[in-house]
Amino acid sequence: MPDFLLEIGTEEIPDWMIVPALDELHRRFAATFGSFGGDALRTDGTPRRLVLMAKDLAEQEPDTQVVVQGPYVSAGPKAAEGFARKNGVSVDQMATVNDAKGERYIFHHHMKGRRATEALEQKLPEIMASLPFPKSMYWTGRGGVRFVRPIRWLVALLGDEMVPIEVAGVRAGNTTRGHRILGSKKPVTVSIGSYEQVLRDNFVIVSAEERRNRIVAGLSDAVHHDPELLETLTYLTEYPSVIHGSFEASYLQLPREILSTVMRHHQRYFSVLQADGSLAPEFVAVTNTDGDPAGLIRQGNERVLRARFNDARFFWDSDNRRKLSARVPDLAKVTFQAKLGTYKDKTERLAALAASIANTVGADANTVSLAALLCKCDLTTDMVKEFTDLQGVVGGLYAQAQGEGEDVADAIYDHYKPVSMEDSIPRTLEGQVVSIADKLDTLRECFRIGLIPTGSKDPFALRRAAQGIVKILFEARLALPLLPLVQDLPELVSFLRERISFYLRDIRNYAYDEVNAALAAPWQTLADLADRVDALHYIRPTEDFEPLAASSKRIKNILSQAGFGSAAAVDEGLLQPGPEADLYQAFVRVRDEAQAAYGYREKLTVVASLRPAVDRFFDTILVNDLNPAIRQNRLALLSSLLTEFSTIADFSEIVTEGAAS
Amino acid sequence: MDTFQDTIFKLKQYWASRGAIIQEPYDLEVGAGTMAPETFLRVLGPKPYRVAYVQPSRRPADGRYGENPNRLYKHQQLQVILKPTPDDVLEQYLGSLEAIGIDLRQHDIKFEEDNWEAPTLGAWGVGWQVMLDGLEITQFTYFQQCGGIDLDLVPAEITYGLERIIAFLQNVDSVYDINWAPGFKYADVRLADEEQFSVYNFELADVSFLWREFELHEGECQRLLQLFAKVDDRKRFPVLPAYDQALKCSNLFNLLDARGAISVTERVGVIARVRKLAVGVAEAWVTQHTPDQKAVA
Repeated sequence: MPDFLLEIGTEEIPDWMIVPALDELHRRFAATFGSFGGDALRTDGTPRRLVLMAKDLAEQEPDTQVVVQGPYVSAGPKAAEGFARKNGVSVDQMATVNDAKGERYIFHHHMKGRRATEALEQKLPEIMASLPFPKSMYWTGRGGVRFVRPIRWLVALLGDEMVPIEVAGVRAGNTTRGHRILGSKKPVTVSIGSYEQVLRDNFVIVSAEERRNRIVAGLSDAVHHDPELLETLTYLTEYPSVIHGSFEASYLQLPREILSTVMRHHQRYFSVLQADGSLAPEFVAVTNTDGDPAGLIRQGNERVLRARFNDARFFWDSDNRRKLSARVPDLAKVTFQAKLGTYKDKTERLAALAASIANTVGADANTVSLAALLCKCDLTTDMVKEFTDLQGVVGGLYAQAQGEGEDVADAIYDHYKPVSMEDSIPRTLEGQVVSIADKLDTLRECFRIGLIPTGSKDPFALRRAAQGIVKILFEARLALPLLPLVQDLPELVSFLRERISFYLRDIRNYAYDEVNAALAAPWQTLADLADRVDALHYIRPTEDFEPLAASSKRIKNILSQAGFGSAAAVDEGLLQPGPEADLYQAFVRVRDEAQAAYGYREKLTVVASLRPAVDRFFDTILVNDLNPAIRQNRLALLSSLLTEFSTIADFSEIVTEGAAS
Repeated sequence: MDTFQDTIFKLKQYWASRGAIIQEPYDLEVGAGTMAPETFLRVLGPKPYRVAYVQPSRRPADGRYGENPNRLYKHQQLQVILKPTPDDVLEQYLGSLEAIGIDLRQHDIKFEEDNWEAPTLGAWGVGWQVMLDGLEITQFTYFQQCGGIDLDLVPAEITYGLERIIAFLQNVDSVYDINWAPGFKYADVRLADEEQFSVYNFELADVSFLWREFELHEGECQRLLQLFAKVDDRKRFPVLPAYDQALKCSNLFNLLDARGAISVTERVGVIARVRKLAVGVAEAWVTQHTPDQKAVA
């Protein structure tokens, strides 16, 4: 049983596209050649090669029988002869079977299993040429094969045999290429058994895991842990080596955020930390070489970093010469959105909204107003033009350096937060207010002109903005009624409700019916809503609750069938002694106790205690009494009960076992 | 040690010996070597072409009054176009680095994804920025589209950032300290441009004059393109002069932008106007170079 090796030799593939491509190659190979039993598959890769290795492929796949359905006997001899001829037999050689419509001819088609080489020859080019990439190109001329980067060589070996395939004019063989600089300048011959060793001798480590380990081995404990960067560097090199460099300590006067961004995003260096957690004037770079014997690579990288830091220092100094507060008018030159005007317009709306929110939640109005006015001004600085990812952060750093006060600086620094569900919310109340106002303004304006996310299309990241607001309001428990702020935009109301529901279900892990029940109640703030869901979730496993929820649904049906809409008071004189009067008394007691109870959990516990009285009532009393006065009075009693139940959550939204079965 | 001009000579020699025509810079203001007709128009259509030239490239917004050691209003690119791309193009490129004295065994070379796009030209491609010891020295692009037209033969565009590479080779921290020729530094040759053009571009350029000029060049380009659609004798029709008008507009747009004179609402619109000219010229050029277009028209 031969092994199989495929190497697609290319020019440098973007690091982040390699693993998904290998996964897809793996999946397609397994699906197409599973019948050869080659399920022991390994894929691996470097920037210049996608590699697939299969163990013990059958030389021939098993034969198969296919039953071909022919015409019914009733269709006459002509049809039968035609079918027989097509399959290369005579009519009397065919069997018949009976199905629902009668007796029909069938033919047992014996499919001989394909030979592995033939199958590979036939299917591999197609699998390779159709591998999907986030961005692909053509290089052999218009209409030519598309791939992520040009394919320059192919190795395809089945045991000792070469599989004669061709893709984009490249014929597969048994020669590969080593490291661009360190390896042999000529193609080198490989066999399945020697493949990885030959490449290693030519300074290519095929195994990503081994390259990763090589890098990790070169990182000391003081190196800032950065798994994402490690992954990038693993797939950016064929023979990684770690080098250590340093920079003048005077650059440490620049904010850490800026130094880290230069090192990580621009230069792909790891930062190094001092014992107290602050940055050390050092960095760690990963090269695609066998070390740095003459120290030239270290020197080169140090010089590049110095130039980058000089730029940053130049920006820092020149930006600071013109204060953020002097830049407010410049925002008239920065587009927010073509139809929505400039950041000057946005700032004005955002400042008004932030001030009103500050008022509601008791934040410091002066801090919020100033932060709101200045928070977008860093968009006009050279630093943000250079380091776009640092918008907001840079504004906060400048505000601090320019003496705008710690509170204002913090609020500006944090106002894009949270940028994801994993990110933290702004640290201060004022920062939370500015962040909410900024996002809410974006949402309001976009919805106002019809830029509403649909399906996966959300170019303005409105879902993220809405989710950010919801996260802040839930986590900071601000006393801000959210939906009234957007009630003039019904589509935005439902968009936000969906985000609220998502947060409660997916982040807080409440059941969807608990969330629906709480959302249907007259809640005010998200903190209030969270308490209601919490209480519901708490009371739900108790024995009284679900039966009460079922009764609640029953009451709702009865009232709706009776068309009972009025809020008529119960006439105590019309109550019959026994279960009916008992229920009323229990209701009065519960209403008073619930009013006095502290918090939704306690209130719900009290409400749930109504269950025995409700059950007895429904067991013995017929609501539809012949006497209309009594009937109306009973409906009024049930209506009062329902009102009491629904103050915390709409119990009828709860999916009970009875309802489910 | 090689001077600035020595290194340029060597690169030109290297590509000349590989069959490239050595052109001189295009004599109009452009933002990049790509915009010279030797690239923008020659990559279109089915004819093979190989050319290399230095292109001084003006980016008004990048000016820093000569105060920043690495940023320039006008920098020099060495632009190489190989159409179609030879299979060993990256090996040839690495050879050019060896040719200017970079011992690759002593350095770290990486090809990092960088896909180039020029909205004002309706052009894009995929490729890399080439990193030498952490320094971006070259932009390498496989062109896919130009003037909104899918390319017949895929050219490789190799753009060397000369100041950066040569500052590296000469081991200086500021581009102004580069030795241009014996006895002359980069600052001696170019510092005055940087200072004066930064003042002009950021402070003194007359906005209404620039707008008027933009509109005149735009009008002339449109007039020519409209005429082209009607004429019978397309072979001799001035498509190349029409392209000059488009280039003028592109540079004027950059100037107005640096001057802070393009309002928010205008910006996207002005880019689209320039793009329309470039796309129109590209289409006309292809038509002009495709036999029997008269019958189709």
